Amino acid sequence: MDIAINTGNSRYQVDKNGYYGRFGGAYVPEMLYPNVEELQTKYLGILSDPSFQQEFEALLQDYVGRPSPLYFAKRLSEKYKANIYLKREDLNHTGAHKVNNTIGQILLAKRLGKHRIIAETGAGQHGVATATVCALMGMECVVYMGSIDIERQAPNVARMKMLGATVIPATSGSKTLKDATNEAIRDWINNPVDTHYILGTAAGPHPYPDMVARFQSVISEEIKKQLLAKTGNAHPDYVVACIGGGSNAAGAFFHYLDEADVKLVAVEAGGKGVHSGFSAATTQLGTIGIIHASKTLLMQTNDGQIVEPHSISAGLDYPGIGPMHAHLYETGRAQFLSATDDEALAAAYELSLLEGIIPAMESAHALAKLKDLPLNTDDVVVVCLSGRGDKDLDTYIRHMNK
Amino acid sequence: MQNRIDQLFAKKQHGVLNIYCTAGFPQLNDTLPVMTALQQHGADLIELGMPFSDPLADGPVIQDSSTKALQNGMSIHTLFEQLAGFRERIHVPVILMGYFNPVLTYGVEAFCAKCAETGIDGIIVPDLPMAEFEADYKPIFEKYNLHLIFLVTPETSEARIRKIDSLSKGFLYAVSSSSTTGKDKDMNDQQAYFERLKKLQLTNPVLIGFGIKDKATFDTAASYANGAIIGTAFIKAIEHSKDIDKTVQSFISGIIQQ
Ligand SMILES: Cc1ncc(COP(=O)(O)O)c(C=O)c1O
Repeated sequence: MDIAINTGNSRYQVDKNGYYGRFGGAYVPEMLYPNVEELQTKYLGILSDPSFQQEFEALLQDYVGRPSPLYFAKRLSEKYKANIYLKREDLNHTGAHKVNNTIGQILLAKRLGKHRIIAETGAGQHGVATATVCALMGMECVVYMGSIDIERQAPNVARMKMLGATVIPATSGSKTLKDATNEAIRDWINNPVDTHYILGTAAGPHPYPDMVARFQSVISEEIKKQLLAKTGNAHPDYVVACIGGGSNAAGAFFHYLDEADVKLVAVEAGGKGVHSGFSAATTQLGTIGIIHASKTLLMQTNDGQIVEPHSISAGLDYPGIGPMHAHLYETGRAQFLSATDDEALAAAYELSLLEGIIPAMESAHALAKLKDLPLNTDDVVVVCLSGRGDKDLDTYIRHMNK
Repeated sequence: MQNRIDQLFAKKQHGVLNIYCTAGFPQLNDTLPVMTALQQHGADLIELGMPFSDPLADGPVIQDSSTKALQNGMSIHTLFEQLAGFRERIHVPVILMGYFNPVLTYGVEAFCAKCAETGIDGIIVPDLPMAEFEADYKPIFEKYNLHLIFLVTPETSEARIRKIDSLSKGFLYAVSSSSTTGKDKDMNDQQAYFERLKKLQLTNPVLIGFGIKDKATFDTAASYANGAIIGTAFIKAIEHSKDIDKTVQSFISGIIQQ
């Protein structure tokens, strides 16, 4: 395992100004400039330091339990008449891919001399993963979470508290992930010296999208090796991942970005239907603008007010996507699909019954599109199973009798 | 015509009072009555906030005023409609303050053109970074004689302050402490920073903002700079006002002696 450092001159990777094509940048108020600039100037140096890499790799292996298995899903494959592999990020410690990033960022925060950590969370997975690494390192942890999400992801709130974190409800706007992120950014403005903000997805001001993608790139690095060992070919026909801000997708796509024979499929949350007014399908409903200090695609009104999205899944309930994904969308390098709440629920039930794996509501969106891909019997498909469904049991049970 | 902000600082270098209010707040059509009262009762400069759904640099009071204004139906289009012809009555410099996304969506050039046509003198966009401004937008602002006013904070390095000073026009907005708007941080802790700013002998006038809420804080700030900016305290004052003119009069007379 190592963090991707040399990414060459890929046209899909960040450029020296922090942009992916016309997307990206760091549209931060001056109050945040010193923090963001410190990260921009130091992150690559820290990530490429051998002692950092050693520590990162050791924790991923012994604490997170990596490499996560690449599992051939036999019955799912029979159903969809293709060779479907699941990248089991759900088996990581804390139950999702989010921990890959929080391990990386807590080690970075230590090297920056910070001792207070803040984070935003939607589904609570990133909050739990942050609270976990803070406990591990003995750092103070404050997590902002939308008050609606606090209700729908109660088990994760309890976990964060047990891990010693303070969970602060975000009560503004739509009271979900967007607003939790606003509150985290405001906290950072008010605590510029001692605090590191562990942003949980491949969004936000440069260098976050790139930094998070690099920490998550371990996902595709492992897929390559595992697939080669299992099939004799490191390149699948498809890599499919759900996308909220885009961190698990960025990690699953990372080492395939410049491999044209691998089709990349990102699945957004269609909510109650893309044109129902209750959706989070950013590429279909969005236009270019600035959200959380990044120039990217986002859902907004004609007057430039950010729209409140909807998804059954708290982790995908976000009105933007990270700038790398906006660029992948615009260049056509990745295909963007959307799955509705109902499709995702059905896919979650299907995986549970066919494979004995209860997926996270978010990951179920990726699974839901297997039925829409034009698959041939010899196609190899890797689905990033970004997390497990324990946190979603309430939602699942509520829909069980419908 | 010389920019009104420059005209102001040419005749007044001390105790300049800039008051911030959110457009369309507390009621949609209060924008002009508030501005008229501000001029009438002694504000030297008016900073009008264009409400945004996600005001990252603002504390709860200004956030709530923004939410309220949006609920009232305020938008950039509506604001320009309200402001049409306002220069017949209002002569003090007026600055629009807002986040970059609505301006970008409106179109930066269209926005600047409309500002010039309406009689706006300057713009504050806290989340438009200096580098992007310089690379993409500076000539547009200059073409329309609009001053873009940048922020500096206690954490801004001297080299960067000098760079910001060279790109800023009108005045520099010195944020009193690293915080969102409306935080009560102790002004005495900031005096070393104010002192440092003063010693830099910057080319632009300096107004201090964030946390200025009464006569004492205004006087302290004004003793180190050309004046100060009041936002949150004013929003609180007019939030439930039954008589805008009276409220503004008593608010301002509490800050400055006429
Ligand atoms: C299991 C799981 N998958 C996916 C996501 C979406 O985030 P991202 O798009 O950053 O991978 C989340 C976010 O909370 C999550 O918990």
